Amino acid sequence: MTNKQMSAADVVAQLRDGMTIGIGGWGARRKPMALVRAILRSPLKDLTIVAYGGADVGMLCAAGKVRKLVFAFVSLDAIPLEPYFRQARQAGAIEVSEIDEGMMLLGLRAAAMGAPFIPTRIGLGTDVIRHNPEIQVIGSPYDGRDWVAMPALSLDAALLHVDRASVRGVCQVKGPDLYMDDLFARAARHTYVSCDELVDDAWFGAGEEARYVFWERAVTTGVVHAPGGAHPSSCAPAYGVDMAHMKLYAASAREEGGWNRYAERYIAAGEDAYIDAVGGIDAIRKLPLPVY
Amino acid sequence: MNDTSLIDRIICAASRAWAGDGEVLATGIGIVPRLAASLCMSTTNPDLMMTDSEAWLVREPVPVGPRGDYQLQRETWMGFSRIFDNVWSGRRHAMVGPTQVDRYGQANISMIGDDYRRPKVQMLGVRGFPGNSICHANSFFVPQHNRKVFVEGEVDMVASIGYNPARLPRGYSFDDIDIRQVITNLCVLDFGGPQRQARIVSLHPGVSLAQVEEATGFPLWSSDTIVETPAPTAAELALLARLDPHNLRAAALGA
Repeated sequence: MTNKQMSAADVVAQLRDGMTIGIGGWGARRKPMALVRAILRSPLKDLTIVAYGGADVGMLCAAGKVRKLVFAFVSLDAIPLEPYFRQARQAGAIEVSEIDEGMMLLGLRAAAMGAPFIPTRIGLGTDVIRHNPEIQVIGSPYDGRDWVAMPALSLDAALLHVDRASVRGVCQVKGPDLYMDDLFARAARHTYVSCDELVDDAWFGAGEEARYVFWERAVTTGVVHAPGGAHPSSCAPAYGVDMAHMKLYAASAREEGGWNRYAERYIAAGEDAYIDAVGGIDAIRKLPLPVY
Repeated sequence: MNDTSLIDRIICAASRAWAGDGEVLATGIGIVPRLAASLCMSTTNPDLMMTDSEAWLVREPVPVGPRGDYQLQRETWMGFSRIFDNVWSGRRHAMVGPTQVDRYGQANISMIGDDYRRPKVQMLGVRGFPGNSICHANSFFVPQHNRKVFVEGEVDMVASIGYNPARLPRGYSFDDIDIRQVITNLCVLDFGGPQRQARIVSLHPGVSLAQVEEATGFPLWSSDTIVETPAPTAAELALLARLDPHNLRAAALGA
C-alpha cells in the first residue's frame, strides 16, 4: 500500500524552477498556505502560477517567485485589493494572462480531459482576447459564429488544502464550497495536498463521510499534515479568515521593507514557528467563520 | 435630499431592474445591488433565485451583515462551479459595480492606465465580467457618477462586452448583448436610445439634466419629458429595514 505522506519541504523538493503551478482555494478561502510558505522559504523561482488568487499570489509576488500569473482576480475578500499583487503589476514586474473566472474553470477542465481546448463564448468582444494573443477565436463548424478556444491549463503541479486526508491520498472537504479544487487536482501531473487533520482510511467509511471526497486517491501525489495550514485564509467549517492577520499583512505592504519584515517575522523560522507566531493552533481553530 | 432617503430611493429604483425577469438568478454584488435584488424578490418578482453570497441557493433573501439567530432557508447547493453552469445557461441577471463604463456599455474592473503591462492602478482583474456580459443580463450600480467612471473614450480594459459595433463577434448582433439599467447617485440610465445609445430614464430629486451631462464623458439621449426617480413606498421601506437590520446601506454612497 502506497504511503503518500511527506513534509512540505519534500513537496518543494519535487518542484522545479519555471514550473506551472496551480493553487486551489478562492481568494481568502482554503488556500494551501503552509505549502506556499514552504515555497517562500525555498530558492524556487520563475514560476507560472494559476489561481483564483488571494494572499498566496500576493506573497509569491512579493517574494519574487512569479514569472507569470494566470488569473481572473486577486483579492483578500474583505480587503478587496491584494496589495503585493498590485505592487507587482504596477511595477510591471510580472507577466500576466488575465482571463475570466469561468475561462479558468474551462482551461482546467480541458487539461483534466486531455483536450487541447474547450469552446466557449466567454471573452468574446473583450480585451481578454486582445491581451492574450495565444487564446484563439475560431469559427464553429456548426453555427457560423465566433467561439473562444479556451486552451487547456495543464499544470506541472497543483497545491491544495483540505480538511482531512489519509496517507493513501483520500481527501475530504467539508466546507460549503469545493471551489475548483477537483479540477486543479485533475489538471495537474502531480497534486500535493496539505490537510488540517490526518485520518485513518476508516474515517471515510462512517456515515456520509465519503460524500465529501471529491476525487479518487490516484489523483493525489502527496499528503502533508499541516494543522492550520490554510491560515490566514479560512478552512470552513474548522476556522474562518484571520482578519487581524490579513490587515497586518496588507498594512506591511504600505511600509518600506514591509515584506521583508513580514517574511522574517512569520515565514523564515518554519511552519511550527509560524503557527506559534499567529497565536497557536487552538486560536486558529477559534477564528469565526466569515459572513458574506 | 439627504443621503438616507437618497440611498433608499436608489435601492428601490434598482430593485425594479429584475421585476420582469421571471425565474432567474439575481446576483447583486455589493450592498446596494444585493439589497435591490433582495427587495425585488420580496416584492415584484418572488420567482427570483438568490444565494447566501457564499454557497447556497436560498428560498428567501438573506439579511445583510451579522445574522444573529437567522437561519438560512436553503434550497440547493450553489457553489462557484454551479454558478458558472447557471451563467452559461443565461438564466441570470447580475448587478455589479464597475470602475469604468463607456458609451457602449463596456465596463472595467481590471486596471486603470494606458499601459496594460504596467497599470497605473491595478484593481481586481476581470473576474466574471467577460462571461457574464456575453451570457446573461447585466445592470450596473455606480455610487459616484462622474467622468472618471463614465469615461469619454473606451474603458481602459474592456472586461465586459457592450454595444460596440467594432468589437461585435462574427455571427452576433446587439440583441445577443443585454445591458439593462445603470443606477447612479444622480440618475437611472439604460441603453434604450437610438442604436443603443445611453439614455436617461429618470433623475433623482434635485438633480438636473445638465448636471448629469456634465458628469458623463459621453452624450446621453433623453426624451423631452424626463421623470423623477420614484420615491420608495412605505412597504418597501419596511422590507428594507428587515433586509438591512444594521443599516449597512447608510454608508453605501461613500463620501
